[in-house]
Amino acid sequence: MTTRAPATDAAVTDAAVTDAAVTDAARVDLAHETARELVRGWDGRAMSLGHLLGRVTPVDRVGVEERVAALRTRSIKKASKLWALDLAIRMTDLTTLEGKDTPGKVRALCAKAMHPAPGDPAIPHVAAVCVYPALVAEAKAAVGASGVRVASVATGFPSGQTFSDIKLAETRAAVDAGADEVDMVIDRGAFLAGDYRTVFDEIVAVKAAAGPAHLKVILETGELETYDNVRRASVLAMAAGADFIKTSTGKVQPAATLPVTLVMLEAIRDFERQTGRLVGMKPAGGIRTAKESIQYLVVLYETLGPRWMTPELFRFGASSLLNDILMQIEKERTGRYADPDDFSLD
Amino acid sequence: MADDTLTHPRTSEEPASGDASAGDPSAGDAPAGAGERGLRTWTGPVGPASWGLGDGQAIPWDYAPAPEARDIVRLRPRYGLFIDGRERQSSDGAVFTSVDPSTEEPLAEIARATSADIDRAVRAARRAQSKGWGSLPGKERAKYLFRIARILQERSREFAVLESMDSGKPIKESRDVDVPLAAAHFWYYAGWADKLEYAFPGRVARPLGVAAQVIPWNFPLLMLSWKIAPALAAGNTVVLKPASTTPLSALLFAEVCVEAGLPPGVVNIVPGPGEIGMALVSHPGVDKVAFTGSTEVGRLIARAVAGTDKALTLELGGKAANIVFDDAPLDQAIEGIVNGIYFNQGEVCCAGSRLLVQESIAEPLIEKLKDRLATIRVGDPLDKNTDVGAINSKAQLERITALVEAGVEEGATLYQPACQLPPRGYFFRPTLFTNVAMSHRIAREEIFGPVLSVLTFRTPEEAIEKANNTPYGLSAGVWTEKGSRILLMTRRLKAGVVWANTFNRFDPTSPFGGYKESGFGREGGVHGLHAYVRLEDR
Repeated sequence: MTTRAPATDAAVTDAAVTDAAVTDAARVDLAHETARELVRGWDGRAMSLGHLLGRVTPVDRVGVEERVAALRTRSIKKASKLWALDLAIRMTDLTTLEGKDTPGKVRALCAKAMHPAPGDPAIPHVAAVCVYPALVAEAKAAVGASGVRVASVATGFPSGQTFSDIKLAETRAAVDAGADEVDMVIDRGAFLAGDYRTVFDEIVAVKAAAGPAHLKVILETGELETYDNVRRASVLAMAAGADFIKTSTGKVQPAATLPVTLVMLEAIRDFERQTGRLVGMKPAGGIRTAKESIQYLVVLYETLGPRWMTPELFRFGASSLLNDILMQIEKERTGRYADPDDFSLD
Repeated sequence: MADDTLTHPRTSEEPASGDASAGDPSAGDAPAGAGERGLRTWTGPVGPASWGLGDGQAIPWDYAPAPEARDIVRLRPRYGLFIDGRERQSSDGAVFTSVDPSTEEPLAEIARATSADIDRAVRAARRAQSKGWGSLPGKERAKYLFRIARILQERSREFAVLESMDSGKPIKESRDVDVPLAAAHFWYYAGWADKLEYAFPGRVARPLGVAAQVIPWNFPLLMLSWKIAPALAAGNTVVLKPASTTPLSALLFAEVCVEAGLPPGVVNIVPGPGEIGMALVSHPGVDKVAFTGSTEVGRLIARAVAGTDKALTLELGGKAANIVFDDAPLDQAIEGIVNGIYFNQGEVCCAGSRLLVQESIAEPLIEKLKDRLATIRVGDPLDKNTDVGAINSKAQLERITALVEAGVEEGATLYQPACQLPPRGYFFRPTLFTNVAMSHRIAREEIFGPVLSVLTFRTPEEAIEKANNTPYGLSAGVWTEKGSRILLMTRRLKAGVVWANTFNRFDPTSPFGGYKESGFGREGGVHGLHAYVRLEDR
């Protein structure tokens, strides 16, 4: 729980969050109150954060991996496959997060995001482009009103090892530059040290700083290592107000895996059941083939059901995935594999 | 395990005479067990309630059919008995039909063994045992077993498809469980064939002679391998009677024996109804009897064998408790519960048919379980996405339906997901009963179908009491994060197999068998070998 005072007005609604007139102070209070409500909603009575995390159900590694292995054998064909591939494009956060990123690279990425296969009106645009904060303005200008959103990483990405006020300032700057979505990293050092309060409060504060932007919380599951940690961090992030939980930065191996994704989806399912709030999921890093993306959609479908089969609640963080999906769509349509060079790199 | 035969001796011989549709709950549009049977069936939207699908709103994504090709199996119109290395007709020329339970179409005609054929098979087995196989060096016997294992793997797809066609089990189970495990048993026991002196240090292990083996219809090829592999490894020869509803994989196995160059008479296969099984185990030329099937038939066999010097092992029914404690990994426990009771349509002797849940987590667990049930795909056994296939026979479907009716009449609360069942074939919805009392029939009798009874407990002591309060004692499951509790439970539970944080896992190295009315003797591991040898001092 937070140490802040509750919001001045209990009737403050979500709509108010998007109101640009809301002051910074009120925004922070609101984020705290929302988080408090979520913690309370977890099982209907006010609880401490420690109590909440103490009730997180354990995860059996063997069982999770067996379940994933079973779901991997699902055979998706024909119309269902085309539908899934189309959805996977609409769910993609096309990403470039490199030290050598330039405005030119970002503009090229945005062009690809808006028209993955130029000249083919049946291919939709992707959900978003994901870039570093310094390139948000460039990306925003490039995507314009195309419907492609701009997501910015923030809070000392990828390690999160910097000062709290810098993390908040970075978040605010990214949103001011036009970011529609903020992908923050959690403080894994604090989490592994057992200092859950620090992690929780930081997410609440970043949520407040992000204001109207959607907040994705990156757990960096490759550094948390155990599924128990992943589940606990998922609950922590959701209770602190995350709109999405995300597996990885892409800078640490292993990045997204199916079992980790399943564990997070199960946490999302329980959270929805207990608080009524729908939280999104974003596996990121290491998803390169259309076949893998369909396996993720199968796991999503069989865990959370059709309500989550939308870009509003599920994203792929990926860069090379898109072209493989385009190739597979071409193959489904014509029966032949295309040349990889038939598709632009970005 | 329910057997095929003595109880329903004419299951598959029976043509569509009489009330085929009246007795078939899946006929027409009515869901299984609905309508005139007075069962309440869930008729809400497809998918869990929490998915928020309104009336008539379809799930936007469903998997297209993904059927495994049937053409790898070359079904012959007629199959004979396999005696002394040759296929032959039965002495009176009689045949019976094996049916595909998912379509009710006949698959093939099979010769129906007679007492004279049994006599001929036992004598062939005796000849083969005393004139060669029994005195063959272990490493030579091993070569044959290794060869059989390899051929089973090479022809695994053919076996998997045939097994699914004949038994109704989903292809993903025959492909990923039955056939690989059957091959694994041959690999494993091939390894023991030349190492018997290490299996029983200080003793000399002699073969028993001719083994009479009667197997059930739920895992036709796998049960065959559990029986034949250790018997041959120890130097015995066998006469095996497959269940009358599922003889085809055993007859395909006869082809494998020929392909492997196995000497004539070492393996003999004599399909037929229950009374033929009885004639086989009662034959005076038999030294060892191994039976897997119902407790009812097990009793008859024990009676028939009593007073003779035949060795006997029985693997019979079960009513396993699957015990979930409040600290269990819940989402994985759900998978374990589902695998425990809906694996192979629940037609598993060690199925976790009684779910014992600690009261403090009963409500969320049952909610999760209901949501999970709604995602189970029931249908064509040959579709790669099918989770639950067809019930093995009409007789078994009727038995399941009757027991589910009894559950409703006794006051338990029924839940069934609203999945579409195919218009033809013997299908039954995955079923869940809550508010079950220990005295209800559905909590005491082996249903041998996809029907789970949920009971609750408050303390570990109560869980142990309830779990043990059954005439059976084959298997049990424990779900908890606490290692010490697992050890306590395994010591106190009267069950031959106790799984911890998993269920229905099998391995050739691990012994399997029961207590009390679940039979005696062990199959698998060195224990399984022990059942096929006579130990002598050096």
